[in-house]
Amino acid sequence: MTMLIAVGLVTALFLVGMLGAAAGLQWVFGVALPYLAVGMFVIGLAARVLRWANVPVPFRIPTTCGQQRSLAWIRPQRLENPPDTPSVIGRMALEILGFRSLLRNTKTVMIDGRRLTYATDLALWAGAIVMHWAMLIALIRHLRLMTNPVPGFVTLVERFDGFFEVGMPVIYLTSVAFLGALAYLLYRRLAIPEVRYISLVGDYFPLFLLLAIGGSGFWLRHVTTTDIASVKALVLGLTHFAPTVPASISPLFFGHLFLVSVLLAYFPFSKLLHMPGVFLSPTRNLANTTRISRHVNPWDYPVKVHTYAEYEDELRDKMIGAGLPVEKD
Amino acid sequence: MATFDEPGYYDPDELVQIQRHPPVTPWMETPVDFRPGTFIYPGKPKNLHVLGLPHPHEWAVTDADWKLPQGWQQIILDGMAERLSRYRSFQLFMDICVRCGACADKCHFFIGSGDPKNMPVLRAELLRSIYRKDFTALGKVFGKLAGGRPLTEDVIKEWFYYFYQCTECRRCSVFCPYGIDTAEITMMGRELLGLLGLYVNWVIEPVANCYRFGNHLGIQPHGMVDTLEFMAGDIEEATGITVDLPINKKGAEILFFTPSGDFVADPGIYTCMAYMLLFHELGIDYTWSTYASDGGNFGLFTSHETMKRLNAKIYAEAKRLGVKWILGGECGHMWRVVHQYMNTMNGPADFLEVPTSPVTGTVFEHARSAKTVHIMEFLADVIKHGKLPLDPARNDHIRVTFHDSCNPARGMGILEEPRYVLRNVCNHFYEMPENTIREQTFCCGGGAGLGTDENMEMRLRGGLPRGNAVRYVQERYGVNQLAAMCAIDRATLVTVCDYWAPGVNVTGISELVANATVFRGEKRRTHNLRLEPIPGMADELADADAVLETRGEVGAHA
Amino acid sequence: MRDRTGIILGLGAFLLILAYPVWQALGSTADPARPALQRSVDPSGCVEDTTYMVARHQDLLNTWRTDVVRDGRRFYPATSGKEYEMSLTGTCMGCHTDSQAFCERCHAYADVTITCWSCHVAPEGL
Repeated sequence: MTMLIAVGLVTALFLVGMLGAAAGLQWVFGVALPYLAVGMFVIGLAARVLRWANVPVPFRIPTTCGQQRSLAWIRPQRLENPPDTPSVIGRMALEILGFRSLLRNTKTVMIDGRRLTYATDLALWAGAIVMHWAMLIALIRHLRLMTNPVPGFVTLVERFDGFFEVGMPVIYLTSVAFLGALAYLLYRRLAIPEVRYISLVGDYFPLFLLLAIGGSGFWLRHVTTTDIASVKALVLGLTHFAPTVPASISPLFFGHLFLVSVLLAYFPFSKLLHMPGVFLSPTRNLANTTRISRHVNPWDYPVKVHTYAEYEDELRDKMIGAGLPVEKD
Repeated sequence: MATFDEPGYYDPDELVQIQRHPPVTPWMETPVDFRPGTFIYPGKPKNLHVLGLPHPHEWAVTDADWKLPQGWQQIILDGMAERLSRYRSFQLFMDICVRCGACADKCHFFIGSGDPKNMPVLRAELLRSIYRKDFTALGKVFGKLAGGRPLTEDVIKEWFYYFYQCTECRRCSVFCPYGIDTAEITMMGRELLGLLGLYVNWVIEPVANCYRFGNHLGIQPHGMVDTLEFMAGDIEEATGITVDLPINKKGAEILFFTPSGDFVADPGIYTCMAYMLLFHELGIDYTWSTYASDGGNFGLFTSHETMKRLNAKIYAEAKRLGVKWILGGECGHMWRVVHQYMNTMNGPADFLEVPTSPVTGTVFEHARSAKTVHIMEFLADVIKHGKLPLDPARNDHIRVTFHDSCNPARGMGILEEPRYVLRNVCNHFYEMPENTIREQTFCCGGGAGLGTDENMEMRLRGGLPRGNAVRYVQERYGVNQLAAMCAIDRATLVTVCDYWAPGVNVTGISELVANATVFRGEKRRTHNLRLEPIPGMADELADADAVLETRGEVGAHA
Repeated sequence: MRDRTGIILGLGAFLLILAYPVWQALGSTADPARPALQRSVDPSGCVEDTTYMVARHQDLLNTWRTDVVRDGRRFYPATSGKEYEMSLTGTCMGCHTDSQAFCERCHAYADVTITCWSCHVAPEGL
């Protein structure tokens, strides 16, 4: 049910973009909404990150995943249990670029009805890392439509991405990888009963949105091609703040663009916030140094404690009786 | 006939039949089933009074009406807002979860129960659904469609059930791609319940005791003297050595503190005896404290404020006694508090000196600010320098495995020190499977205040992954003892091992060290600290007896 | 908070990188509009209509190549009913005489590499 709502939403949005443009609203879907979406993305994202930044980290609570630095002759696992800032940077780099924690993933299975086993299970890691890297590369490739002249690294990325020169125009490896990985992520969300049980509309919606964006992009490049120079003219009009809407762009493109606009606008209000959030997770981005240097809690306040004097006052006779020293006789 | 609070009530073959398929009803529409054996009794008002906590009242978990205070919804929402603005962890973990499910089968309670609300992700969703409804734009507009739900009394009951079915072990946080830590979520959930006067007695009574008497068990100063004297008697019987009992001694070099569970409960007491023996052997100028008589801190399982209130006594007592630095015994959650909170909460401890081992001269640079050293760091250093005469053969009848306790493993990273010590005092040390040790270690199932008998079914279920790993090394290597440097482990793993891997005993590491140490002035060692005959050594004695018998000189050596 | 500055700097850096197309546009003198192309020397029109040719000339050329090289067919029946010889240098370049002024301008604009000239000789205008 939740999944069907998400499918319905994405389909409806795509049709709105396409039919709206076909009905002559190219200015709305080509100019006004993309501007609005980028604005919502930037302001929403900045507001959320600033909100996080304004909430203190009162305690130093890294999850330590390896040997601490203690005695000189015991080798610390710096990237799993960082004792200083460079190690933290290393740990974060592994997490953000390599999805380190997912790489640990195991699958717990009971065999013979009595023995628990924990098999390495890298499918989720593979699906996630392929999807994210493919999306980043696809984004970089799209810079060819947003920059003029096109910087060399964009062309280079395109060349590598189309290395096998299959198809006309060349099919990018990341197009296939992106759609394939998304399909897998959707499949596991549906196929694993527990994951399906916890899934909300907010989990299916971004998946279908990305699938629709990737799918329509693929369609535009390989099946129903449109006048790409006009598309670029439209995009450059936006970046130059001198919008124009060339006539010869297919409505399909406006469907694609509208879904991207929806994604941008939706981003700061959704779980997609994990993108900036992963940088700020206190269990990952703090060094394990609480005993080496004092971490200060900015909102620390005095609490009522039971002092030694109160303790002794209540128990003095018993302490004296047991031969224990006391402060006051 | 066993009752629900005894392990014998549960058939292991039935307990492992775990239903892994979620119910047909969506989780928001599946109410809690308060089944005896799976929940803990409410905190008694008298304990809340000792601590001055709000809304003490009599209630029962199985009652329909929990007698929540007037305006309780607002109390919860205000409490959430306050915590969202104080803990970035909480705010962030509410916002960024993608529900990938990587954490699901990492939780010992989910593995052992199959209850989907024991998946860390869903445990957090219990709170997150309220957060979305009342604190996010999408949730306010779209409500259930955006994953929100209204705050009802059933939600509070669900929170109570599931936030006291989490041991704050942090295993899920190791596997989460964003490091979302369910311990943080559970701590917030419990704090919020506390605002309504809802606690479990197994936690809040020890907290009240600890606040007033310095330790969770409520042992008064004279009782502590008796306890330690009793142990000294047993030490003398086992080794022939008379140990000092420095208590509340001003001007001692080191303040030693350890969880109070080790004062009274078998097998923790043997570890406690071991400390006294080892300090005696090493000639350390230390003192116990009756005021700071517990390193354990059930405040960690109550609220940040309570944790700070209980922890304050450690540095205060160190200052009053004028010691140079602090040494902490084998404990799990105590070390989470000492390592990650104490210096921030009650520091700076600038009246103390950077810890330096009086035995080896090693400066413990890694503790130069908090001034508190772990007994395993201390002993590893002593052993490395050859300052402790060891005869590991005295432990040859023991085939030991090591259980990393959750907090020292994932909230500190003390992994090699205990292993180094174990290898030096035992000739037969076997690791459990790699996915069940070190940072991936499994909880005993009874941490974070869940180790009470009325919670027996959940303890056994939660202990299943650990018990299973113990059974594996038992069958494969003949392991007969499990070492753990945690007082809660020493209490709860006894039950878990008896149930899932019968025949495996539980011990502290220090106990094994003391049993392997050749003490100066010891009598002929025939019995270990448990006053059990040491195979080999007792046999030798029996042989000697036999020889003497033939000569008609029985008992001449005694 | 000590780390607030760092977070704000990080956020700023991210948005700055994200805005690369905008600040490139601000500093650029290049014309954002699609380039004007040299007109065909034959005003009677292309093999197919302009909209189709603009969007799908690559498909057409690809089909022509296969038809000629692999299948030995030489003539293309256009939608208009007219037949054209399938020849890049003969038919196409017969009208669009300067590859620099016609093909390359647009292809450079859209950053699409032309592979035609790895076999054919590029006409450089008459």
